[in-house]
Amino acid sequence: MPAADHMTAASPAANPPDQNALEVGGVSKTFHVGARQVQALQQVSFRVRHGVVTGLVGPDAAGKTTLLRLAAGLLVPDAGTITVLGMDATTQSLAVQGAIGYMPQRFGLYEDLTVQENLDLYADLQGVPELARGERYRELMHMAGLEPFTKRLAGQLSGGMKQKLGLACALVRQPSLLLLDEPTVGVDPLSRRELWEIVYRLVREQGTSVLLSTAYLDEAERCDEVVLLHEGRLLAQGTPAALRDTMRGRTYEIAATNIEKRALQYRIAQAPGVLDSLIQGDHIRVVMVDNSPPNLGILLPGVSGIEMAPVPPRFEDSFVALLKEKSGNEEISRAPLADKTLTDLTHADAGKPIIEVHNLQRRFGNFYAVKNVTFSVGKGEVFGLLGANGAGKSTTFRVLCGLLPPSGGTLRVAGADLRLAAAAARARIGYMSQKFSLYGNLSVVENLRFFANVYGASVYGLSGKQGTSRINWALEEFDLAPMAEYTSGDLSLGYKQRLALACALMHEPEILFLDEPTSGVDPLARREFWSRINALAERGVTVMVTTHFMEEAEYCDRLAIMAAGEILTMGTPASIKAQARSEELREPTMEDAFVGLIKAHEQQEAAA
Amino acid sequence: MSADTRRGGSRMRLRGLVRKEFLQIVRDPSSIAIAFLMPIFLLLLFGYGVSLDSEHIPLALVVEQPNADTASFTAAFKQSRYFNPVAYADTREAEQALMAGRVNAIVVLRQDFSRQLRQADGAPIQLIVNGVDANTARIISGYVEGAWEKWLEHAALQRGQKLDVPVQMEQREWFNSELRSRNFLVPGLVAIIMTLIGALLTAMVMSREWERGTMEALLVTPLSMSEVILGKLIPYFILGMGGLVLAVSMALFLFEVPLRGSLWVLFATSALFLVTALGMGLLISTVARSQFVAGLVALIATFLPAFLLSGFIFDIGSMPGVVQAITHLIAARYYVAILQTVFLAGNVWSVILPNVLGLAVLASVFLGLTWRNARKRLE
Repeated sequence: MPAADHMTAASPAANPPDQNALEVGGVSKTFHVGARQVQALQQVSFRVRHGVVTGLVGPDAAGKTTLLRLAAGLLVPDAGTITVLGMDATTQSLAVQGAIGYMPQRFGLYEDLTVQENLDLYADLQGVPELARGERYRELMHMAGLEPFTKRLAGQLSGGMKQKLGLACALVRQPSLLLLDEPTVGVDPLSRRELWEIVYRLVREQGTSVLLSTAYLDEAERCDEVVLLHEGRLLAQGTPAALRDTMRGRTYEIAATNIEKRALQYRIAQAPGVLDSLIQGDHIRVVMVDNSPPNLGILLPGVSGIEMAPVPPRFEDSFVALLKEKSGNEEISRAPLADKTLTDLTHADAGKPIIEVHNLQRRFGNFYAVKNVTFSVGKGEVFGLLGANGAGKSTTFRVLCGLLPPSGGTLRVAGADLRLAAAAARARIGYMSQKFSLYGNLSVVENLRFFANVYGASVYGLSGKQGTSRINWALEEFDLAPMAEYTSGDLSLGYKQRLALACALMHEPEILFLDEPTSGVDPLARREFWSRINALAERGVTVMVTTHFMEEAEYCDRLAIMAAGEILTMGTPASIKAQARSEELREPTMEDAFVGLIKAHEQQEAAA
Repeated sequence: MSADTRRGGSRMRLRGLVRKEFLQIVRDPSSIAIAFLMPIFLLLLFGYGVSLDSEHIPLALVVEQPNADTASFTAAFKQSRYFNPVAYADTREAEQALMAGRVNAIVVLRQDFSRQLRQADGAPIQLIVNGVDANTARIISGYVEGAWEKWLEHAALQRGQKLDVPVQMEQREWFNSELRSRNFLVPGLVAIIMTLIGALLTAMVMSREWERGTMEALLVTPLSMSEVILGKLIPYFILGMGGLVLAVSMALFLFEVPLRGSLWVLFATSALFLVTALGMGLLISTVARSQFVAGLVALIATFLPAFLLSGFIFDIGSMPGVVQAITHLIAARYYVAILQTVFLAGNVWSVILPNVLGLAVLASVFLGLTWRNARKRLE
């Protein structure tokens, strides 16, 4: 037995006011992946105060999970100290584990056990006395809204319910410190809100200290304090308001009547003094490098009919500003793809429906993954499907790409009936899947060559010469030339995403399907990705994208919100947000609209 | 927390783990399949399908000049249960049948059979055997020689003279007097089944916990690593003993394998082997964290050796020296020896005890290594 497993005399004491719930001092951690070394954390120090919610915020590979595992005593730091509730997480790990609650990323549930059996197991493991259980279970099940489902197998719960059961299991013996690793990934916004309510009730009523990690920047604003991580380094720590306030007076909204929004965004991004610009429904959100008021004449020379209004800063603005400071504000917005080989599709029948879906159904056994979905997408449009995990987005995509046959309904993609001519339609579409579908042990150029060959040799007729020119185009256009010989598995997430997009574009598709293309990448990489997508759309490529990022929905021309296989609503981002407008809520966000729709849908289901 | 409440908590934690494991076993069809369906399938396959006995071997008989002597000799073949003789007119035709695989051997009685028979150093019959399968070839030539000698003896007796054979060999098979391969295959199979449940199943369910992320949640509870290990040992020990009862019942009642030793020796030694197998399974799972890897490693490191190197099918004594040395590392080797002894010979302590010692050493090595390697960490 390792010494660390022995129980030491420390007890999870009542929290002394002068002591922090968690202290991380100069912690570094390196992992060995094959021959490679990955520095997950470098000299990170911060404190988590008692009785508040602290958010550990950063994109994938920032080191969030490593930090939480270190705090839970599951990993040993290479350097530095971690003190949890006054105990050393390395030498007194068993005592620490007896005092904290921990929910790993996949909730740690046994899917072949029922809700009740999962609770019983964790109550046994946490040593909850039998007599205290009945009361505690009732409390937890009530809080999680799982009372009617105690006999259901955990594997048959929805994502949001699983997440709440995972939380209940972590709380079965009231912990002093609760560690949650990305508790809201992939669940619908309503469930996310409910989880936040539970977390705040715990803090308020029981004085629990909470440390949770998240990749959603909008969630950071709900925390009392945030710790910003990026690539294993601490970027900032403070209250969200304090971080946001550094951006005060630098954020504006610009709308123009006689210039298309993507062109407008591109011009603004190129203008001097602009730090960041984003399409936000029908206007552009702009962040300036300092708080001197922007001059429209310099910003958009020769454009008339511009409206500009200051808007309050957001947490994400400060994150982007911090990242850009670090990376020296390099050029990330780019010109519309300078691609001479790509045909300009703009003028040929723009706006004509290129994807038509009518009453689409897809059944798996008795389960309808997609039911009665109807929509159409015009040429050159960016169309988004927004929904939680399990809403039917990916299934719809797979059917549209001819990867899954539909169970019912009609669909035409690029003029071809998919039931009859799937191969013909497939030659005209590009598909980028969630996991990027790259060959991790091939180099960048080998991946490109492979995809060029696949298209060239069999289906799409890319002859040798053309194939080579496409590869050169991809290397140059996506700035991949410096890493052409790198093994693609070693690339950062942002580069992998670029490469995957390049591969999907090798055969100049007219329609591009992007399945959760930006999940996990940092905000800069996300912006860069979207500037490429916008450039493609400008040239007439039709783009269909699925996402569970509310913010990303704003980049789309139109979007459909999906839940449980159905489309709840469809329209422009502005019109969808307008549906949620009320007396109390004058400026509803996309999330407000989504939550409102799901609630209405649930009420409808309950009434029926 | 005092030591006392910690101990009380330990009982509660173990109970929780064991109960969880049983619920999972009951609900997971693949556990049931490995623990109960595979044993039944293997037992039926080896009990009925596979036989290492050579009976009814197809044999070509070529009689170049039939007479009373040849008729008497071929009659001896026809009565034997070992051969299915087919008469061919000449050697060429018989050779074609051998090439085509219709017969495994040719016995040629030459024209001068009767004359050669009466000469002192005569060689009246010729035997051609298909030597591709060396084992069967040896068996066939042995059988034919035996049949020939028996017939000579018989013929001499009939003529009223004593045959001039210096040494008379009298064969007698002990322990498995009917020479049924089932009688030693079925006890050996028990070892295979216990390896399946103890090592393969256990390694896979443990790595499943890593794969599904439940282990991470378990580790961040006051569980000690010894409790995690016991929490897997106990349920799969019970499951394995259940598999043993099933296999032994099938052996005794369906295949009518004799049990000459005592049942308690059988169960006690089996329990020891099961602990060894569980040790191997748990040791594998400390290294392999995906079910795929765990399954492969368990297959190669435990299941295949138990099949090939345990003496279950292939006799260890006839393996090359190096391989023989390697078999000492295979737990199933000791167990197969014990099983075959207890079933067919009885409680022969001089065989059982050294093998028990071998098992005990391996069990402590495997469990000791598991103990040392298992850490409440993710690295």
